[in-house]
Amino acid sequence: MKIIIMGCGRVGAELAKMLDGEGHDVTVLDIDANAFRRLPRGFRGRALVGNGIDQDALRRAGIEGADAFVAVTQGDNRNVMAAQIARHIFQVPRVVSRIYDPIRAEIYADLGLETISPTKVGARLMREAIDRAGERAAQQAGG
Amino acid sequence: MYIIVIGGGKVGYYLTKQLIEDGHEVLVIEKSQAKVDRIAEDLGDVALRGDGCEVATLESAGLRRADMVIAVTGDDEDNLVSCQVAKSKFGVPRTVARINNPKNADIFKRLGIDMTVSATSVILNNIEQELPEHPLIPLLTLKGGGLELVEVKVPADAVVVGRKIQDVLLPQQSIIVLIVDAEGVPKVPTPDTVIHAQDELVAVTRTETEAALRAALTSPAAR
Repeated sequence: MKIIIMGCGRVGAELAKMLDGEGHDVTVLDIDANAFRRLPRGFRGRALVGNGIDQDALRRAGIEGADAFVAVTQGDNRNVMAAQIARHIFQVPRVVSRIYDPIRAEIYADLGLETISPTKVGARLMREAIDRAGERAAQQAGG
Repeated sequence: MYIIVIGGGKVGYYLTKQLIEDGHEVLVIEKSQAKVDRIAEDLGDVALRGDGCEVATLESAGLRRADMVIAVTGDDEDNLVSCQVAKSKFGVPRTVARINNPKNADIFKRLGIDMTVSATSVILNNIEQELPEHPLIPLLTLKGGGLELVEVKVPADAVVVGRKIQDVLLPQQSIIVLIVDAEGVPKVPTPDTVIHAQDELVAVTRTETEAALRAALTSPAAR
């Protein structure tokens, strides 16, 4: 797949590494060239300085032929806007965006975007971990 | 009308002030406490501190009964989200977004925003109206001033299209010295050469007859 990742933070870089390792054609977009230091040595994809809410920058990143677009910058609104441009203007078939605010994530999910709220996912994982830790403590007390 | 303004910077401030003067009920939502204080001091109790993209803030601003939301922060993406949330979550009938990148006008329209306003586009349009549509491009000043070498493109509707050079009335001391046709082929004009639309003419003219030369070569044919 040809995949564009917008935002080269920890999640963006990790995802880029993962997809590159699987043999996908990856382009990473960030407004700060400094962010590309997070990419692993030997990364075979492209790293491009540009703003993902600017359609010209998205074109330069090759969005017109992309199979997937992932928006993982620090800004919820930037992610939401870029994802909608990718989906509705450039008709990218698979679009995923990170939205920290769970309510906004829900609103845009209702509007047809594939959204991930790390806040919600993180809280749920923590909640499950509390139960697991409790079970373990009970076993140890019982055994 | 009940109008919510999102963003209390300079645009938001003066917009709010004017809307109040026009007799509307206005609430401006602004993140910075300093700006909220300034607005409250000047305009009264019309500012709410908060993030205009957050549902909780919008809820407490009474968005359900708002007739219009105008998002005028400096960030296009924030204005987009405020308007979309206002529309989809609160059913606000009319949303207006300020945009910085003029290319976002089309995108915002397709994403459901009722109206966009771009200062960049307004300024560009005004400049384009000020500039003549078919300008003479000065290429070179000859003989220490007085004579100039200029270039002009012949518009499709010009009266000179289809005429021979010898039949075109040019100002005194104006001479067409070179024609580059639409395909980019240069020709030295003779009295029999016919002028075509989209020809680029290079001419020598006196500074004071520039306007007359431009009129002679670009004026549309009378209908």
